[in-house]
Amino acid sequence: MSKKLLLDKINVPGIKTFEVYRREGGYQSVEKALKMQTGDIVEEVKKSGLRGRGGAGFPTGLKWSFLAKPEGVARYLVCNADESEPGTFKDRYLMEFIPHLLIEGMITSSFALGSNVSYIYIRGEYDWVADILQAALDEAKQNGFLGKNILGSGFDCEVYLYRGAGAYICGEETALLESLEGKRGLPRIKPPFPAVKGVWGCPTVVNNVETICAVVPIINEGGDAYAKIGVGKSTGTKLISACGNINKPGVYEIDMTISVEEFIYSDEYCGGIANGKRLKACIPGGSSVPILPANLLLKTAKGEPRLMNYESLADGGFITGSSMGSGGFIVLDEDQCVVRHTYTISRFYHHESCGQCSPCREGTGWLEKIFKKIETGKGEMKDIDLLWDVQRRIEGNTICPFGDAAAWPVAAAIRHFRDEFEWHVLNPEECLVRNFGLAHYADALEAVTS
Amino acid sequence: MPEEQEQLFTITIDGVTIEVPKGTTILNAARQIGPSVAPPAMCYYSKLEGSGGKCRTCLVEVAAGSTKDPRPMPKLVASCRTEVMDGMIVKNVTSEKAIDARHGIVEYLLINHPLDCPICDQAGECYLQDLSYNNGEVGTRYEFKRRTFVREDIGPYIQLHMTRCILCYRCLMVADQLTDSRTQGILLRGDASEISTYISKAIDNDFSGNMIDVCPVGALTDRTYRFKNRVWFLKPVDAHRDCDKCCGKVTLWNRGEEVFRVTSRKDPWGEVQIIDGKAAWICNTCRFEKKKTDDWIIDGPTKIDRHSVISTNHYVEKVIPPDPLKEVLFGREPLLLMDIQETSEVNSQDIDLSILPGPATSTTFIERDEQKEIEEADAERLAINDHKKP
Ligand code: SF4
Ligand code: FES
Repeated sequence: MSKKLLLDKINVPGIKTFEVYRREGGYQSVEKALKMQTGDIVEEVKKSGLRGRGGAGFPTGLKWSFLAKPEGVARYLVCNADESEPGTFKDRYLMEFIPHLLIEGMITSSFALGSNVSYIYIRGEYDWVADILQAALDEAKQNGFLGKNILGSGFDCEVYLYRGAGAYICGEETALLESLEGKRGLPRIKPPFPAVKGVWGCPTVVNNVETICAVVPIINEGGDAYAKIGVGKSTGTKLISACGNINKPGVYEIDMTISVEEFIYSDEYCGGIANGKRLKACIPGGSSVPILPANLLLKTAKGEPRLMNYESLADGGFITGSSMGSGGFIVLDEDQCVVRHTYTISRFYHHESCGQCSPCREGTGWLEKIFKKIETGKGEMKDIDLLWDVQRRIEGNTICPFGDAAAWPVAAAIRHFRDEFEWHVLNPEECLVRNFGLAHYADALEAVTS
Repeated sequence: MPEEQEQLFTITIDGVTIEVPKGTTILNAARQIGPSVAPPAMCYYSKLEGSGGKCRTCLVEVAAGSTKDPRPMPKLVASCRTEVMDGMIVKNVTSEKAIDARHGIVEYLLINHPLDCPICDQAGECYLQDLSYNNGEVGTRYEFKRRTFVREDIGPYIQLHMTRCILCYRCLMVADQLTDSRTQGILLRGDASEISTYISKAIDNDFSGNMIDVCPVGALTDRTYRFKNRVWFLKPVDAHRDCDKCCGKVTLWNRGEEVFRVTSRKDPWGEVQIIDGKAAWICNTCRFEKKKTDDWIIDGPTKIDRHSVISTNHYVEKVIPPDPLKEVLFGREPLLLMDIQETSEVNSQDIDLSILPGPATSTTFIERDEQKEIEEADAERLAINDHKKP
């Protein structure tokens, strides 16, 4: 059983309340941090090697040190709790069951960054979670951990909870800031980056829920101790939300040394594929990262076992690898149809595109329509190439990473499962009856490289 | 600091090197070089703050970021929103990647466009037409239903034809930046987005007409001019009047002595000109209500140096900008310059098109011819009758 840093107390009865949380050693990092120099806290975070847990994996300490600090201008910390990537539900787990951990992290991080007003932008659909979090915020305030002159240190901090209206795009940090300001959630054109011009035109750091929670153990135990867990540049522990055709879906805290095979098959984690089926494919990091067929998932192209960490999952680039993404681990068994699956993803991205830039606005809709055509048995061979072409010209040409997120799953599906697309075209009647494709999990699949 | 303001950066675009002040965007630097290297811009409008970055037609490849950091940029960048760095090397028409992306953008912009150019007022001066002529494919690969909207009259002067809109957001910026209140906005999201007024409320303020000028396509049209004529049949002249609301400096689009429409004066990039240091936006009175030659003092013929049908047929000799590289078009001729004046009868001077209630169609001319015949026959009969008189 690997060490747990975030979820260790999650099963303590009443941990949602301030009283129990505090008794269990909560809010110590605030007490400790308030006695430190802010620069030293940032140093600790840098030393810990913590990487953003929202999807991009950018080193948090570095991000914090980029924050511009002009004289007389307020700085802000914004917590991105707009967790809406399909397959990802780790942040909800934290906020729902141990809300004070996030609040503790918010106070400590706000102090480190010099933010007197911080925001938690929570996804609109999480309304019951917002209630839990709000109750926890009120308790923290009553106990003097928020508000003026926290613990007599002279540091003032307010944390506001802001509820989004349910748009996926508001998880993109600049769209989130727009939405927080009360405007339409349209991603901003960068530069300027939020570290220079964020919310209300002031320097802002936007961090994911899990990232902010991880600051708590880093301050408590020191950056070096945190960095010792894990391997290489994947330090600390990571929450993985596993779902799909597995025996034990749920949120798991792993240290990033275990292999993908262990994660899927061991009883400590997913407990193997449900109903005695075989593994066909998996999306290891939330709907936007490339899907991998079983053979490439368990072993890298070089034949080494693939590990559950940033480097190993990305091994081979997008040709034979994928990405850690946001930790949404979606497992497909042999009965699942990749075409239908990718169609669902495309439909999602079409629905959620903000419509600001033309490749994404028009391209995502087009992708969905072609998928529908193939899936309903009306597809032609040329449609597969067209799909490839359409996604290729979206990727990298858009304002925000949403365009890439819409293009990558399509590219990977065609790259690894082209024969399944072709099967749909060649067997139009059968593909209407069977909603699964060809199970090619055992064969070595040829990657399409261009 | 004054020195900083004068700091000049060297930038090379498609092999042409130029010095521009710090803070200039790649697009504006390219425009200073000339139309052969300037990337097309469908959403950027230099006079509107915050515009650009949306349509992605101006994507270029940055082969070297700067002298200090000569690494190429990993992605294509929107030249309208990217500032130059000293020693930057940019590839526009010479970059296969950028051209390929642009072909893609044109395809995306057109999949939901109605392609109703034959009945669109913007035809001939439409940026989407020019863009697709230069960067488009011969046919479309899109085979699904296109998105359509119902046409909407927003106020007495402007009609919104949302089906043609490419969502450049320029008209919203005009409303925000020129008028005292914005009454239109974007509804919905993604490819269902539409520009609309609050429950089809009329747009009513003195500078709203400028939305028509900034619209790169025919989504916002002038209701006082709709279907009256094709732009290339009109002769533009610069004119001015004393106006207490705006600068009063406009372009009149005439046929004979008749004023068909009034627009602001445009620069070669299709934007309003800067006159006396200010963008020469015009008010609705000048644009919609002064349709008599007497209302205006004529300054002289307008020179239009733009690659488009609209630059044909004017009083002054047309200025043809240098050809963009032919390779870009895979050997196709890039210019669309035909002398429609010669071939069409719609241009006939003896029909007063401005008093026709609707569009001029062939019936108008058939009726005219029939009318002529009747008149001639009458005249003949009269003559015979005259003859018969004792
Ligand atoms: S990529 Fe999509 S979501 Fe992002 S700004 Fe463009 S249209 Fe909006
Ligand atoms: S002109 Fe640059 S993106 Fe539209």
